[in-house]
Amino acid sequence: MKILDQTRAPIYEALENFRKMRVVPFDVPGHKRGRGNPELTRLLGETCVNMDVNSMKPLDNLCHPISVIKEAEELAADAFGAAYAYLMVGGTTSAVQSMVLSTVKRGDKIILPRNVHRSVMGALVLCGAIPVYVNPQCDSRLGIPLGMRVCEVADAIRRNPDAKAVLVNNPTYYGICSDLRAIVKLAHDAGMLCLADEAHGTHFYFSDKLPVSAMAAGADMAAVSMHKSGGSLTQSSLLLMGPNVHAGYVRQIINLTQTTSGSYLLLSSLDIARRNLALRGKQEFERVIELANYARSEINDIGGYYAYSSELINGESIFDFDVTKLSVNTLEVGLAGIEVYDLLRDEYDIQIEFGDLGNILAYLSIGDRPREVERLVSALSEVRRRFGKSRAGLMEQEYIEPEVAVSPQVAFYAEKESLPIEDTAGRVCSEFVMCYPPGIPILAPGERITKPILDYIAYAKAKGCSMTGPEDADILRLNVLTREEA
Amino acid sequence: MEFWFSEKHSNDAKFSIRVNRQLYSGQSDFQRIDVFESQEFGRFLTLDGYMMLTERDEFIYHEMITHVPMAVHPHVRDVLVIGAGDGGVIRELCRYDDIDHIDMVEIDEEVVRVCREFLPKTACSLDDPRVTIHYADGLKFIRSKENCYDLIIVDSTDPFGPGEGLFTREFYGNCYKALRDDGIMVNQHESPFYDEDAVACQRAHKRIVESFPISRVYQAHIPTYPSGHWLFGFASKKYHPLKDLDADRWNARNLHCWYYTTMLHRGAFYIPAYVEELLKHVEAAD
Repeated sequence: MKILDQTRAPIYEALENFRKMRVVPFDVPGHKRGRGNPELTRLLGETCVNMDVNSMKPLDNLCHPISVIKEAEELAADAFGAAYAYLMVGGTTSAVQSMVLSTVKRGDKIILPRNVHRSVMGALVLCGAIPVYVNPQCDSRLGIPLGMRVCEVADAIRRNPDAKAVLVNNPTYYGICSDLRAIVKLAHDAGMLCLADEAHGTHFYFSDKLPVSAMAAGADMAAVSMHKSGGSLTQSSLLLMGPNVHAGYVRQIINLTQTTSGSYLLLSSLDIARRNLALRGKQEFERVIELANYARSEINDIGGYYAYSSELINGESIFDFDVTKLSVNTLEVGLAGIEVYDLLRDEYDIQIEFGDLGNILAYLSIGDRPREVERLVSALSEVRRRFGKSRAGLMEQEYIEPEVAVSPQVAFYAEKESLPIEDTAGRVCSEFVMCYPPGIPILAPGERITKPILDYIAYAKAKGCSMTGPEDADILRLNVLTREEA
Repeated sequence: MEFWFSEKHSNDAKFSIRVNRQLYSGQSDFQRIDVFESQEFGRFLTLDGYMMLTERDEFIYHEMITHVPMAVHPHVRDVLVIGAGDGGVIRELCRYDDIDHIDMVEIDEEVVRVCREFLPKTACSLDDPRVTIHYADGLKFIRSKENCYDLIIVDSTDPFGPGEGLFTREFYGNCYKALRDDGIMVNQHESPFYDEDAVACQRAHKRIVESFPISRVYQAHIPTYPSGHWLFGFASKKYHPLKDLDADRWNARNLHCWYYTTMLHRGAFYIPAYVEELLKHVEAAD
């Protein structure tokens, strides 16, 4: 077996060599090392625009890697304990979609928790597969969706033995993990693949104090957002594969939709971030865990706020908890999470990851220092002092069981009509309605619209959540299938 | 031999002092600390290359940040000083017999150690029995304090670096909470002159205005700080810096100063037109 040297960063090294060669560019990009766009060069810096180059012999090609990109992918696979790894430049969205598209085709079933990312729903529209939803339990006190219970996954598999795959969030946006090892076993025993959306789990690969990673749990594929906790540039990501997946086929699927002009800024950032994690990830995430634990204890001392952690673990719907996630319930302060989110930004110049109806999430990573955490904690203390109210009058977030009437693809392409939203109860929706953040569908194409769903949309809008998805940006109207199509 | 310390006051202007010798250089957990000795300014302390104080002109800063609130508030008993590892503010405060207790919160223990060793002229009162030194983040220290100080003096570094948290809305809000009903907060308020400093100055003022009912700015002339023109913020729950100035009471204390007088106190609040404009802009926006 080849021993790989994790101190290497082949793409980065190739770019450094390339820069020294002072090659004259008669290829794209047309800004030609920034000379054609001086304002951009001033903004981003010369080093940056100099590295924005095209695929060429010394730099390999992302579509068919044979040299430095291939080596970088082998190093990434090694660092993450995967059989194969693909560098992705279309965000983790493209990694998730490639994973789904590699696994199911039209009419195939895939078992999913309802709180999947919108990228999964997009993949289903593209390929025509049928979602089988598992109800993620909802914590009634916190108002957050949880993980899938193993018994419910087993039940879904029993009812849908023809399903091709089970997809698991590892972890959810809030840091909640399902029992991934048990779900992998269930899926494999039933001849299905197990896929993991690890958009929020990159760090699991570099600590023994965090939940199990997909590759360690034996999952077949995992989409890993290197740009979130891993430290690479926004939009760069990894797709990891276990030994049972046909990697060549996955490459073909990726190339259906991924750019043929892969950005070397993104690729080099993946390469360098992987090296950093392989060499220093363990101690870095140790520090992040300590910082998150400290922040939690300080926030819980303020009163009112509940910064939750592994005490939530219940063995099933919360099998494990990612302690780097600083999720805070705000309901006892008398403020919706989204209100705290806005106050932190507007009053205190602090941008957090998201606020939903009852919670906020502050994202901690390898770039955080204690002094910024002190600011966050102090600002939360001030928000409570200045804006805190009694708890009454806040509605909690709830799980509304979706009723899949037709496949997402059929619904997406069907004949439809636009109706005022209040007149849509009972009809089949043809578009997504997302409450963003965190981007979990309230309605997906092909699902029946009900009164409780309409009430929930109205409430979330009134609370200032950003609602996205429908053609009508104000969500006063919804597109529904015509009665013939439904 | 030509040996000069230079600090950029803007991208295109710098200030230099000829140095006789360097007395200390070290890196703490938070910043680089240097002490130099010069002919013109005596010994001076820099943090991350930024001038903190010189023996020659530190009296201006320390007198102005301390005696202005002390001449307004009639009965200061409990004081919180944030930053101030050099001890200059503590030295001035310790001249008041009626102060009962001073909490000093400095994030960097190393700064205090270095100042005790090399800058005895400012660090001379750090061992006063009324002083308790806490090595902690100021923002964290104050979070749990409520209604327990008469005066808070924020002697911070610049708002870029370890001192950034002391220029924030959350910090000023916590100061408000930590002060008694007639408490005063005074802070070093940067310079209004160079563009980047002026923006920091304006932002700080905006956040203080939002946090305190009374908020005024006063000035002093400090040769070794960028532009030489420096501002202080006077924020208060009850006392007005001019209407509540009790000159007779303060003068009866017979504290001899080199810069501060009760006459100058009044004058210091009359600021240049362009500074008024700069500050009015954010006051109006509120």
